[in-house]
Amino acid sequence: MDLILQQVINALSLGGIYAMLALGLAIVFSIVRLINFAHGEIMTFGGYGIFLAMTFGFPPAAALTVGLGAAVFMAMAMERTAFRIMRGADVVSLLITSFAVSEILKVMFQNGISARPVPISFPSSWSGTYQVGSTTIGIAPTISIAVALLSLGGLTYILRRTMIGMAMRAAAEDIEMLKLLGVKANRVVAWAFAISGLLAGVAAVIWTAQRGSVDPMMGFFPLLKAFIATVLGGLGSLGGAVLGGFVVGAVEVLLQAFLPDNLAPYHDALVLATVIVALLIRPNGLLMAATASRS
Amino acid sequence: METALDIKGLEIRYGPILAVRGVDLRVPKGSITALLGANGAGKTTTVMGISGAVPVASGAVSIFGRDMTNAAPDTIVRAGVGISPEGRRIFARLSVEENLMLAGSVLSDRVAARERAEQMTVRFPILAERRRQMAGLLSGGEQQMLAVARALMSRPKLLLMDEPSLGLAPQLVDQMFELFEELRAEGISILLVEQNAALALDICDHAVILANGAVAASGTPDQLAHNAVLRAAYLAA
Repeated sequence: MDLILQQVINALSLGGIYAMLALGLAIVFSIVRLINFAHGEIMTFGGYGIFLAMTFGFPPAAALTVGLGAAVFMAMAMERTAFRIMRGADVVSLLITSFAVSEILKVMFQNGISARPVPISFPSSWSGTYQVGSTTIGIAPTISIAVALLSLGGLTYILRRTMIGMAMRAAAEDIEMLKLLGVKANRVVAWAFAISGLLAGVAAVIWTAQRGSVDPMMGFFPLLKAFIATVLGGLGSLGGAVLGGFVVGAVEVLLQAFLPDNLAPYHDALVLATVIVALLIRPNGLLMAATASRS
Repeated sequence: METALDIKGLEIRYGPILAVRGVDLRVPKGSITALLGANGAGKTTTVMGISGAVPVASGAVSIFGRDMTNAAPDTIVRAGVGISPEGRRIFARLSVEENLMLAGSVLSDRVAARERAEQMTVRFPILAERRRQMAGLLSGGEQQMLAVARALMSRPKLLLMDEPSLGLAPQLVDQMFELFEELRAEGISILLVEQNAALALDICDHAVILANGAVAASGTPDQLAHNAVLRAAYLAA
């Protein structure tokens, strides 16, 4: 029972990170048809933002804010410098552009900062635990679940209740029509990138708070899982991205916890096999992006 | 008479194909100009060129005396143009109200947009009943109403209407055309693209007939009523 509760917390905590990354991918994809392979580097840049702020003596909470800001900045800078001029290009050209951005940033991280992990030391109280009955639960994973849920709730609010959120949903349907209503499409796209950057920043904060270091590949591996999550959930579906993120996180944690030792090397293969089986049953993803229109 | 829309020598290319060839067209202020012609004559392309949605290869588009050739759509809308493009293109997964509010985002603020949306639901009562529904769940006719209401949200002084009667029941078509006459009486100028030439000639002040991307004839409805080109254009369709 104790073990199960702990594993549920771990699964939700990891799933939350995947969900936020997947959601960032899905928001951008739904509007500009870009599968942003450099999304992981936004998260990494956020991590380095935290590292540098701590190095310059910022208190931890301020450093986390700097990390969020760094991620938003990187996402918007990417859109402005690389993706805006490619707007309207086919999916493959956009994907290759994002590969290039990703590689450039990784090399810059390696040569400009360090190819090795740099440590971030948060206060020891952050790695504390608390008791629920007889179960010991980490504070950091609990907070990360709360932050993930808060972010998802906040995003839902923005999409449902604000003008810019409405414009983003409309842009996902027909961005050319949105322009014909006088809405500045570039602004909507910039907002979408900013929000995807903020979600990647939150993921970076949670990730570094739990692991205590940043390296050039920090964002890359979680991003791969987030890709799988978006495909599993249904490419372009925001709800699907979140669901996919939590499913991938849960499968990963479950296999880690309950896989016999001699099968441990097959951990990732089994995660992917689960996804393949799911896609064989539902080829369009768990929640297909709805395209309802009547003539 | 002052001019709302003045187009001179408009040419639009799709790759190697010249889809619009040297079209001249005027919409005097407070009047309705109908743009007629068979399928593929270049009516929609002309409207898209005026809207800034497709690039103009040569020629000039002037709106209320300002040169708007190849201006961005949002600049054109902010200059007082309401656009209802071919095929309605309502946002199916947004509610009726959200469709209207988005189109109202060019107004000064959200309060002004809400007020305008209110006026639209008075003008189109069916939209009031359906305001919280997803627009994709409306019937074809209701979607068309929404498309027109949406074009009116920005308080335009010039309307570009591409086939607003398409798919409407005859009674609704009459309502729609009565609305255009009301709008004209309020001083709004309209460029009306229509398949239904007889209906358009009934209400327009002036008509331009396109064939193969060029102006084949133009004049008042009386002058055009028995025009051979007009008959040919529609018989060919």
